[in-house]
Amino acid sequence: MTPAPRRPFLQRLGDRAEPWLYSAPALIVIAAVMLVPLVVGISYAFRDVQILNPFSGGFVGLDHFRALAGDKAFRVALVNTFWWTVLTVLIQLLFGLVLALLLDTPFRGRGIAQALVFLPWAVPTFLTGLNWAWLFNPTIGPLPHWLHALGLLAEPSNILSDPNLALWGPITAAVWWGIPFFAITLLAALQSIPSDLYEAAAIDGANPFQRFWSITLPFLAPVIAITVLLRTVWVANFTDLIIVMTGGGPADRTQTVASYIFTQAFKRLDFGYASAISLVLLFLLLAYALLILLLRQRLIDRDK
Amino acid sequence: MRAIGTLAHRLAILAYIAFALFPLFWLVKVSVTPNDLLYSEGIRLWPSRTTFEHFRFVLAHSDFPLFFRNSLIVSLATAFVATALAGFAGYALSRFAFRGKLTVSGLLLVTQMFPLVMLVAPIFKLLSPLGLTNSLTGLVVVYVAFNVPFACFLMQSFFDGIPRDLEEAAMIDGASRFGAFRQIILPLTLPGIAATVGFVFTAAWSEMIFALMLISSNEKATFPVGLLSFVSKFSVDFGQMMAAGVLALIPACLFFLLIQRYLVQGLTAGAVKG
Repeated sequence: MTPAPRRPFLQRLGDRAEPWLYSAPALIVIAAVMLVPLVVGISYAFRDVQILNPFSGGFVGLDHFRALAGDKAFRVALVNTFWWTVLTVLIQLLFGLVLALLLDTPFRGRGIAQALVFLPWAVPTFLTGLNWAWLFNPTIGPLPHWLHALGLLAEPSNILSDPNLALWGPITAAVWWGIPFFAITLLAALQSIPSDLYEAAAIDGANPFQRFWSITLPFLAPVIAITVLLRTVWVANFTDLIIVMTGGGPADRTQTVASYIFTQAFKRLDFGYASAISLVLLFLLLAYALLILLLRQRLIDRDK
Repeated sequence: MRAIGTLAHRLAILAYIAFALFPLFWLVKVSVTPNDLLYSEGIRLWPSRTTFEHFRFVLAHSDFPLFFRNSLIVSLATAFVATALAGFAGYALSRFAFRGKLTVSGLLLVTQMFPLVMLVAPIFKLLSPLGLTNSLTGLVVVYVAFNVPFACFLMQSFFDGIPRDLEEAAMIDGASRFGAFRQIILPLTLPGIAATVGFVFTAAWSEMIFALMLISSNEKATFPVGLLSFVSKFSVDFGQMMAAGVLALIPACLFFLLIQRYLVQGLTAGAVKG
């Protein structure tokens, strides 16, 4: 038997290079616009980079991080980030799950109902923020008057200027905008559950709650887990609504770490300090990802 | 018992629809309310008189048509360039088994996870000597990069849905791989390409953070930049602000109708993309 003829070198090189030729344009753009700035940004964290100060640019070591350790606004932002993320994700999940269950039953006009309830997802986030800020504004919006009538507000005032309530403004807008995301993802998962499982359960005389508890929920659990974990990162980084609705105020009570980065870079033009905060945020997200991976490993080990 | 269950189900659906539409309804309502009724009939569900005066003013005497045009240029250019790049890369990810594929997918995934806001400062500093700040081209470059990873996953999932035999048969018949890709696979993926264009367009149309940072003049302002500066300057012209808001809503809603069928695929492909 003769060995298979080796193809010419150039042809083998061509075959090897082919997938890279297809992906090169995309990869080059990503490297130039995301990876290079990422590295440059990390270097800014150790330098004094202020756009308004032409003499800045020098190496300052860990000065930014020392300032950060004593920055009260930053500590407030850390706490706010936690509440903003946890409340937004959980409320979105709850309403999204109920909506997915409602849409999973066939009924007349389901297609239209689905398009209407998913519409908020298509509304640009800057408009979502402005729109809800107007709804919360007592001169033009109905919400303060309704909340007052329900006895939830002592007077029809704007919750966005109340330090204790302001964070609920962006959270409400984020929930309104984000319910479709959870509903769509969970609806897709619901529709992949084999229907004979439900039929068998119905024959065995299981009531709807038993069916939900022992068929639907176990099937959904992995999808819910993954969606929540990924969404948590996304919501933590999501700043549009906060910037539009409150700009982090009043008195930094709605400032999150991500919006604090934007405030430092955009309003103060202090790129060095902004990059130092970015590095802390990146580190926190990495720690979160690591924690998730460890948890996952523990669960897999336990199942063995 | 069953009838009550059905009734509760329909009522719950109606409640969701009302919650989803109410803010948009209010936006339209204020945009057609004449100024003299704005405060006296503040919380009435519909004003006793309506007017298109605000729309007329916004279209004829403001910069909003310019902002609209800028946003349209940026979003369309971003959508087409990003989809083209993602089409090629998505094809590579779908059809080739190559060393480094896992790294490429991983890289694309990571770009979806990290906080883009941390790139605001370095991107501004890097683009400024290139003359790409305060420029629509600069915005397109940035938006293309941000949207390519997600578009790649989306295109990959569309290519995965097309049987390999098709291009293999064409290649046996003597077509080159690129020829098979162009003549056989691309036409079959057209609906997927349209959906990807729609997704990227919607994302670019909504982008605000980098537009605020990179654009400094009125002539180059995209819609969010123009609207936000209008709001901070004329914060009592509610009718005009909301009429402008309705304008911003139109293209996003049109594209939503276009991609509605692909929502599930789009959201699961991006997994983390809003």
